[in-house]
Amino acid sequence: MAEQGVAQVWRRIRTIYNILGNRCTTCNTYYFPPRPVCPKCRRKGQLEDYQFKGLGKIYSFTIVRQAPEDFQRQIPYVIAQVELDEGTRLTAQIVNVNPEDVEIGMRVRACFRKIKAFGSGGVIVYGYKFEPTMKVTGHEG
Amino acid sequence: MDDKVAIVGVGICKFGELWEQNLRDITLEAGMYAIFDSGVRGADIDGLVIGNMSAGRFTGQEHLGAQAADMGGLGDMPAYSVEAACASGGAAVRQAYMAIKSGEHDVMLVLGTEKMSDVNQSEAMNTISVASDWEYEGMFGATFPALYAMMARRHMKEYGTTEEQLALPTVKNHANAAHNPWAQFQRPVPIEVVMKSGLLADPLRVLHSAPVTDGAAGLVMCRADLAKQYSDTPVYIEASEQRSDTLALHDRESITRMDAVINSTRSALKEANLELTDIDVFELHDSFSIGEIILTEDVGIAKKGGGGKALEEGITEIGGKYPVNTSGGLKARGHPVGATGVAQIVELALQLRGDAEKRQVDGAEKALAVNIGGTGATSIVHILGR
Repeated sequence: MAEQGVAQVWRRIRTIYNILGNRCTTCNTYYFPPRPVCPKCRRKGQLEDYQFKGLGKIYSFTIVRQAPEDFQRQIPYVIAQVELDEGTRLTAQIVNVNPEDVEIGMRVRACFRKIKAFGSGGVIVYGYKFEPTMKVTGHEG
Repeated sequence: MDDKVAIVGVGICKFGELWEQNLRDITLEAGMYAIFDSGVRGADIDGLVIGNMSAGRFTGQEHLGAQAADMGGLGDMPAYSVEAACASGGAAVRQAYMAIKSGEHDVMLVLGTEKMSDVNQSEAMNTISVASDWEYEGMFGATFPALYAMMARRHMKEYGTTEEQLALPTVKNHANAAHNPWAQFQRPVPIEVVMKSGLLADPLRVLHSAPVTDGAAGLVMCRADLAKQYSDTPVYIEASEQRSDTLALHDRESITRMDAVINSTRSALKEANLELTDIDVFELHDSFSIGEIILTEDVGIAKKGGGGKALEEGITEIGGKYPVNTSGGLKARGHPVGATGVAQIVELALQLRGDAEKRQVDGAEKALAVNIGGTGATSIVHILGR
């Protein structure tokens, strides 16, 4: 038996550390997390691994003010749906920004962060959060 | 054989934070009320199905089918629970509907139950979160209110929905619940109070959200040709439809509509051979006020984006053209997740029987319930008629 969360997190490390999803070559749709079956093509679908670029824009967001214990030290924090440039959306925190400055359409890029710990002393989950794209990176617009 | 299915008894316990009662107490109470209301003898019941989302996490108890049959003294009969997150209750109604329609069962007891207040707030929030995609939403910090907040923010951006409009379902539903003796909050709440209540996840506030509730509801359902021997006022299920959508909200083309609701409602109206204008009273799943606004649009009461305006115009009040959530809805009747779908049917059956007292919609003949699971990944629609 694994400590709580250990196996659950360990088996997803490649996926959530790298934003590793997949792409159906039949219909050219990108999926994150990777899907076992392309829901559009089903048995006609051909799925291959795809490493997302980690760039996108905010589709919608909220500032979380009440959260369960594992996130209580982070409140208030911004949760958003990020629309990646490949067209796929995912749910992630937005960091390195004043929560009041976040807006729909804002360009963001992935960064590697601690997500949470399972209780006190439990396994730590690392993975993707997103931050505003700065002009100096050349990723603006 | 008449293949219609009738509801001949309804029961519900007083919803609230019921510290003095445990899971089996409230379940038994609702079931007994339903059985007494129906006039069915225990020996006539040949099966039991119970809707429940997460008793294992909320109370530590599973195997609720056997528990309910045992506590009710119903003895040796098939009994099991069904789970579809917040739509578990609707799923239980639908399971019994199909079981009776198939000819396998004649008279069934349908229950919905949830005991949520035995755990602390953190555990309750985590347990509700598993109705969405736990590994890719909840684990990244997206609480259940946060997911609905993102719907609300998009709705405000795409359609100009205002903070005042977001508060209106709460105001209406509390006003309705003031006349519902089973409701958790039987008092009106002014719009200013809603709009100044604490933020959960911007723009959603505490008073936009259904509460933590302990509660149970029950129905006795039977073959329609048996109905008159038990009840002078049977209510008939004219349609039962269920659809699914992606588990995670971020996988949907749009987060300001729920396709599973649109499709299950259309199918149900078609199955019942009715138009929306034939429906006299609705129960729509308002776990958050934005949910009621979106569902008002998705069932067709308002055009897309017009849900807030429909509330402003009073169309969905008792006395309006399309009364919604006469019971007080999830917001004010309370939202014991596994019980909600059954409690909706209890309210609509009372309306069709003319037993809804001060919240009665005059002459109601057809009624429609939408019970959703998660952020709309499950939608179960029932149409009732008398």
